[in-house]
Amino acid sequence: MTNSVTLNESTGADRQGRSMPRWLWLLSGYLIAFVLVALIWEGSKAIFEIPDYKLPHLAQIAEAFVRPTPKGPVWLVLLQDAAYTAFEALVGFTLGSVTGFAIAVLFQRYLPLRRGFLPYVIASQTVPIIAIAPMIVVGMGRLGAPPWLSKSIIAAYLTFFPVVINVLRGLESVDRDALLLMRSYAATDNQIFRLLRLPASVPYLFTALKISATASIIGAIIGELPVGSTRGIGVQIVVGSQYNTFNPGFLWATIIMAALLGMAAYALVALAEKRIVKWKREE
Amino acid sequence: MAESTPIIAVDKVSKIYGNANASTVALKDVSLSIAKGEFVSLVGPSGCGKSTLLRLIADLDKATQGTLLVNGHAPDVARKNREYGFVFQAPTLYDWRTVERNAELPLEVMGRAKADWKPRVDKMLAMVGLRDFHDHYPWQLSGGMQQRASIARALSFDPAILLMDEPFGALDEFTRERMNMELLDIWQTTHKTILFVTHSISEAVFLSSRIVVMTPRPGRIATVVDIDLPYPRTFETRESPRFFELMTVVRETLKEEFVGHE
Ligand SMILES: Nc1ncnc2c1ncn2[C@@H]1O[C@H](COP(=O)(O)OP(=O)(O)OP(=O)(O)O)[C@@H](O)[C@H]1O
Ligand SMILES: [Mg+2]
Repeated sequence: MTNSVTLNESTGADRQGRSMPRWLWLLSGYLIAFVLVALIWEGSKAIFEIPDYKLPHLAQIAEAFVRPTPKGPVWLVLLQDAAYTAFEALVGFTLGSVTGFAIAVLFQRYLPLRRGFLPYVIASQTVPIIAIAPMIVVGMGRLGAPPWLSKSIIAAYLTFFPVVINVLRGLESVDRDALLLMRSYAATDNQIFRLLRLPASVPYLFTALKISATASIIGAIIGELPVGSTRGIGVQIVVGSQYNTFNPGFLWATIIMAALLGMAAYALVALAEKRIVKWKREE
Repeated sequence: MAESTPIIAVDKVSKIYGNANASTVALKDVSLSIAKGEFVSLVGPSGCGKSTLLRLIADLDKATQGTLLVNGHAPDVARKNREYGFVFQAPTLYDWRTVERNAELPLEVMGRAKADWKPRVDKMLAMVGLRDFHDHYPWQLSGGMQQRASIARALSFDPAILLMDEPFGALDEFTRERMNMELLDIWQTTHKTILFVTHSISEAVFLSSRIVVMTPRPGRIATVVDIDLPYPRTFETRESPRFFELMTVVRETLKEEFVGHE
């Protein structure tokens, strides 16, 4: 156990136990983590005598995933709901990132604007989104907006903030000599922006987008919680908590599906980052 | 120097950093006149204002007192006319650009025809020995290679004046001597004017037509030493008796100025 922590993954040269196939060796981390989590889960359930409706057996969750319904097995139904939530989140993510980026650029270029508006931007994030989400959902529903739009708006609301803050930092991250170099070429402000500030901000943008990817999923789910919503993984979470005493595995199935969705969103952005930010020293 | 109009004229220039409470006199009453086509080196202990003087000439900073003229213009006009190329003490490459794209940067900013970029940049990269590394990112280069890339960048747009702040400081002795030869070659074939900062007395003597010796706190010019070694200079130049004589002169001046300050 202790040896395997320090192993060098890229070469595998000092790998212990050569009898182990490489794929198994690479997977072993996931296996160990899963086994450990399962042990703690079932162990605490046994030791503290936690009832099923508070913490079901892992087997009950697994069973809940495969249980058939008129619309197919539960995992398929949940996957479809997750896809719907993903769509809402993606619209919100796009909207929020674009607005956030535009705001950051504006703030960087016009200092007075930043001074005036930054407090509001920060204040916007101290508002408990859970409290205002129902107002947004109901209000937009009354205005006749399609049901997904209010969820996207909430997702956008959570997305734009990390983008504003990080991109602003990125645009300002250029060092003095890098600016003096541009000055020595008599570069225009637009050139300095396009050739220096903008590319310098890209790694910061990705830091923000990784946060925002999961935040946008959470935003969309929060938007699905108020009554009246009919689709999405958030709706299933509500259903799951209502029927938790009868079917304790199902709630956890919906939670796991939501978590997988968030992880997938993060992984997609991380992948894009790897493709685009090629100039960073590899870890 | 009894030249007609100097290409760089520095007249009683002072530079004070900071405010009334905490101020550093980086330069005090510095006057210097450089004729077109000269190769002038600035030597002096760390903190004597060499980089500051270069920045004032380049209009990257403003003088507190005195006047500067570059090619007959105020520094800001000269900068906007793109009269000079600047090699910073640090390489200052842009992380997201390959070596080649970094060297193209001035051409891109100055709106030179795109068709000219590659031939210019290829030539300069070959000269600094980085042709095989044209598609590498800065983090994949050693410190000396980064510095050479930044020299290629400064030369790529063929400025009439080169302001170079310890350009070869990060290089090994062998590469440094090779770069010295290359620079002299460029200087002689393109008739540039070069103002060159270095900590190496032998490098200064080998390259320069004149050496300006500076002293710290406040930064002043102590002496100007004319280097009468004939051009073109070769590896034999470094072994000539006159070379050693001149090195001694510069070294003694530096030492005197230092002792005089204690
Ligand atoms: N931006 C600045 N703000 C305040 N003081 C400065 C600044 N730049 C330089 N100085 C001060 O001015 C003096 C001269 O600095 P300068 O960088 O010109 O020295 P230098 O001769 O180039 O030294 P080195 O050989 O170490 O590069 C130093 O005392 C330094 O502390
Ligand atoms: Mg310096």
